[in-house]
Amino acid sequence: MNTLITWLFRRNRAGRLGVLIVAATVLVAGVGPLVAPYGPLNPDYPAARQAPTPGHWGGTDDFGRDIFSRTLYGARISLGVGVAGVLLGLIPGVATGLAAGYYGGGFDAFAMRVVDVLLAFPGILLAIAMVAILGPGIQNIVIAIGIFGFPVYTRVARGSTLQIAAQTYVEAARAEGAPSRRILVQHVLPNIFAPIIVISSLQIANAILTEAALSFLGLGAPPPTPEWGAMLSSAENNLVTSPYMAVLPGAALVITILGFNLLGDGLRDALDPRMRV
Amino acid sequence: MFVRLLPGDPARLMAGLDATEDSILLVRHGLGLDKPLWTQYGIYMNGLVRGDLGVSNRDATPVSAHVAQAFFPTAELTVAAIVVAMLVGLSAGIVAASAHNTPLDVALTSGAILGISLPSFVLAFILIWVFAVTLRLFPTGGPEGTFAVVLPAVTLGVAAAATIARITRSEMLEVMSQEYVRAARAKGHAPLAVILKHALPNTLIPVLTVIGLQVGFLISGAIIVETVFSWHGLGRLLVDAIASRDYPVIQGVVLLFALEFIAVNILTDVLYAWADPRIRYQG
Repeated sequence: MNTLITWLFRRNRAGRLGVLIVAATVLVAGVGPLVAPYGPLNPDYPAARQAPTPGHWGGTDDFGRDIFSRTLYGARISLGVGVAGVLLGLIPGVATGLAAGYYGGGFDAFAMRVVDVLLAFPGILLAIAMVAILGPGIQNIVIAIGIFGFPVYTRVARGSTLQIAAQTYVEAARAEGAPSRRILVQHVLPNIFAPIIVISSLQIANAILTEAALSFLGLGAPPPTPEWGAMLSSAENNLVTSPYMAVLPGAALVITILGFNLLGDGLRDALDPRMRV
Repeated sequence: MFVRLLPGDPARLMAGLDATEDSILLVRHGLGLDKPLWTQYGIYMNGLVRGDLGVSNRDATPVSAHVAQAFFPTAELTVAAIVVAMLVGLSAGIVAASAHNTPLDVALTSGAILGISLPSFVLAFILIWVFAVTLRLFPTGGPEGTFAVVLPAVTLGVAAAATIARITRSEMLEVMSQEYVRAARAKGHAPLAVILKHALPNTLIPVLTVIGLQVGFLISGAIIVETVFSWHGLGRLLVDAIASRDYPVIQGVVLLFALEFIAVNILTDVLYAWADPRIRYQG
C-alpha cells in the first residue's frame, strides 16, 4: 500500500491530480456547508437571477438563492449518493462473486446468468426503469445504482477468486483443514482487493454521473434540494439570458467525475498495468 | 410489466383534478385498468404477437404510431452520433498511439478522459452557448434545418468517441510492439501503410466490442440529449410517458430499446467474423 501511494504521488501525474481532486471534493463535502456564505434554500426574490457579484460569486438562481452556496452543499449529496450506491452494489456483489468463484457449480452458473442479464442493459436505462418503478427520489437512485453496480463487482470478484483459489497457499490452507469461510475471508478476499478498488473508483464517477443525469431529467432530487443535476436543469431554462447559472454546478460535476476517473485510471496503472475493466 | 407498480393513478390523472369517483371508474374501465394484472398482461402479449403495442393512455392513438413517429428522429440522431464517435475515436486513438509519449499523445489522452467525465447535458450547455447562442451557427434545439442534428450528435457522440479512442490507443500500442509490425517496418513499408494494413486490423476485435457496447450506451444516452435539444425522438417520448404514467407507451419504448440492444449485439457478432476470418459460427 505504501509503495502504491508513493507511486501515485511520484510517478503518475494524472493519478496524482485525481487524488488531489477527490481529496478536495471530500473536503468540500465535509466543511463546505460550514463555510457557505448563504443557506442553500434561502430565497431572496429581489436578488433573483443576478450575474456573479462580490456578494454572490456564482450569481443567484430563479429564487435568488446563492448558487455558490448551493454548489458547496451539492458536493455532500453527489459524493454521498456515489459512495452509498457503490457500497450497496459492492458488498453483495463481492460476496456473490467470492462464493460463485470459490464453490462453482450450480450456484456459479445461476449467478453468472443473472449477471449476464443485468449487464446486457446500459446502466442509465436500467436506472431510469428502476426509478420509474420505485418513483423519483435520491434514495431510489441509490438503490438503482446499487443494482446495476452489483453484476460488475460479482463478475470481477469471481474472476479474481478463480485465480487466487488456484494458488498453492489456498491449497495449503485447505490441506490444513481450514474452513471455507476462513479461507475466503483471510486468504482470498485480501488478494482480490486491488481490482475491486480500481473499479469502485471508476464506478463512483459513473454513479455521480447517473445521479446527476436522473436529477437533471427530474427523476431524482425533488426541487429545492441543492443537487448539481437539478441545478443544471433549472439553469437550462435560463441558458440564453443567464448562462452563468450553469457554470458552478456544471464545473463542480465535471471536476468531481474527472477526479474519480483519474484516480481509478491511476490506481489501475499502479496495481496492474495489463488489467482491463 | 414492472412499470405497472408506478405510484400514481393514470385514470385519476386523465379524468382531471375535479373528476368524480364515478368518472374515474369509467376511465379506468375504458383503459382496462380495472382487470387483474395478469389479465392485462395476457391482453398485452396477445396484441404484441399481432404487432399491436396497445393504445396510448393519453390521447388514444396507437402506441405503434407514437413509436414509429419518434423512431426516425432517434435513428437519425444515433447514426450521426455513431459516425462522429467512430471517426473521432478511431482517428484520435490511432494518432495517439503513433505519437506515443509525445505532447500530442498526452493532449489526446487528456482529452479522452475529459470526454468520458463530461456529462452529456453539461457538454450540451457548452455547445449550445458557444455555437447556438453566441455564434448563432446552429439552432438551440428542435429538428429544423439540415444542420440541426450536428450539435445533438456531437453531444451524444463525444463520450463514445473518448472511450473508443482509449481502447484503440491501448490496443494499437500493444499490437505495434509485435514482431510482425517490426518486420513490416524493417521491410521498408511506409509508416502509414504499416499502421493501417498491419496494425489496425489486429486491433479490430476488442475495438469492435467496445464500439458495440458504446452503441448500446448511445441509444440510452439519447434519452438525455433529446430532452436538452427538444428532439422529438424515442428518449423524449419515454421521459414524457414516465411523467404522465402512460404505461403502454413506456412499455413500447422500452421494448424497442431492448430490441435495438439485441440487434446491435448480433451485428457485433457478425462483424467479428468479418474482422477475424478465423472466427466461424457453427451450430
